[in-house]
Amino acid sequence: MAFLHLPFEEKELEKINAGDEVILSGKLYVGRDQVHLRFKELLDKGEKLPIDFMGNGIYYMGPSPAPDGYEIGACGPTTSQRMDPFSPLMLSKGLRVMVGKGPRAKAVIEAVKDYHGLYLQAFGGCGALYASCVRKKSVVAYPELGPEALLLLEIENFPTICMIDSRGNYLPSAVFV
Amino acid sequence: MELSKSIEDVLSKAVRILPDDVEKAIREALKSERDSKGRLVLEKIVQNIEVSSSTTLPLCQDCGMFYVWVEVGDRARFSMSALEDEIYKGCENAAKNAFYRKSIVNEPVFERDNSKTNLPPVINYELKRGSSDISIHFLLKGFGSENCSSVRMINPTAGEEGVVNAVLDMMKKAGGKPCPPVFLGVGIGGTMDRAAMLSKKALMRDVDSFNPDKRYHLLEERLIREINALGIGPGGLGGDNTCLSVKIETAPTHIAGLPVSLSVNCWADRKATLIIPGGYDGISSSTI
Repeated sequence: MAFLHLPFEEKELEKINAGDEVILSGKLYVGRDQVHLRFKELLDKGEKLPIDFMGNGIYYMGPSPAPDGYEIGACGPTTSQRMDPFSPLMLSKGLRVMVGKGPRAKAVIEAVKDYHGLYLQAFGGCGALYASCVRKKSVVAYPELGPEALLLLEIENFPTICMIDSRGNYLPSAVFV
Repeated sequence: MELSKSIEDVLSKAVRILPDDVEKAIREALKSERDSKGRLVLEKIVQNIEVSSSTTLPLCQDCGMFYVWVEVGDRARFSMSALEDEIYKGCENAAKNAFYRKSIVNEPVFERDNSKTNLPPVINYELKRGSSDISIHFLLKGFGSENCSSVRMINPTAGEEGVVNAVLDMMKKAGGKPCPPVFLGVGIGGTMDRAAMLSKKALMRDVDSFNPDKRYHLLEERLIREINALGIGPGGLGGDNTCLSVKIETAPTHIAGLPVSLSVNCWADRKATLIIPGGYDGISSSTI
C-alpha cells in the first residue's frame, strides 16, 4: 500500500507502481467532460487556465447534491475514456495525476510515461464511501456547469489503485480490449 | 397515503439501500473471490453499502434514470393518466428530497439542457391477466452500465451457441466499464425493440428467481459461468466475480430473425416494487 499527499513533492510519484493500492490525501481538483473542453478551448486561444496543474491532480467526477451536514454528496469516479482526447494536452501543461475509472487510450498511456505522471482508478460506484473521504469542497470555476463545475476537494484516506505508473507500466485492465 | 408519496418513499430508499437479494449476492461474491484486487474492490463496495445505508448519501452519484415497468391486472381499476401523474410526482419528489443527482437532459443531441428534476421517467405497461392489482417496478438505471447494453440481430439458425457468443462478445467489449460485478437481463425474440424491453424486464427479476422453462434456466446458469470465466472481475481489475445474475425473458419471433438484447446493470442494482391491490384510477380510494 502506498500513500500520496497532494500536491506531491518531487520524486514522490516514482515510488508508486502499477497495481499498488494508493491512499490519497490533501488537495484534489475535480473536472470532467465540460471542464476539459473549456481548458482545451482556453489553451487553443493561448489563454491561461484558471488553475495551476503543477503538483496537482484531477479527479473525473460529478457529485450528487450534498445532504444536510455533508460537504458533498455521493462522489465516485466517472469513466475516464471520455477525457482521453484531452489528457495528453493536460499532461503537457503540467498535470501529473489523473483519477477516474476504466481503461485509457494508448496515447494517454504514452503521455503518462513521457511526463512521468500517474493514472489512478477510484472504486466505481462507491460514491457514499468517497463522500466520507471529503473534508472540504469549494467551487473554483464554472459554477454554471452544476455537477460538472471545476471543484477543489480536501480529501483524507481516499482509496485508489494505480493503473498506469510514472514509468509507463500498466495493469492489463488499463487498456481497451 | 397518497400514491405519489408511497412512490417517493420507495425511491428514496432505493437510491441508498440495495434490495436484500442484491446485497446478499455481493457479500457472497466477497467470500468466494480469490483474486486479491477483486477482493479489494468488493470490500470497498461493501463499505460503500454500509456508509449509504447508515447516512442520507446515495450509493452512487449516478442515481440513474427512472425506469418503470407497470403490470396492470385485467381486473384492476386503471387510469393511465392518473397513474402516470402519480409516478411523475413521486419520481420528482424523490429526486429532490433524497438528494439524487440531476442527470436527465431534455433533448438528446443539440441543447442537452438538464431537466433539473430527473423527469421524465421511462414507463412501460404490460397487461397481466387474472389479476386485480397494479404492480409498479422501478429501476434506477445508471448509464455507465447502460452504455454497455445493446441489441444484436443474430442469424435465426445460430441457436443457443449464437446467443451465448453474442452475450459474451458484448460483455468482453464492456470489460470493466459497467462497474462489475454486474447484474444482467437478456431478452430473446420478438422484434428489436421487444427484445430490448424484455431484457429490462428480466433485469427487474429477483436474483434467486429463474426462468420456468428448464432450457432457459440452464442457459441463465451457463451464461453466468461463461461470463465469469472471462476473468474481467470486480471493477474490471480481474477475478472470479464478473457477473452475479443472468435472467432471461423470451417472446415469439419471426422465422427470419433471432433478436438478442443485453441490459447491463452495475453492482448497484437499485430496484423497488410497489403493489397496489385493486388498482388505481385516481377516483376510488386505494390502500397501498
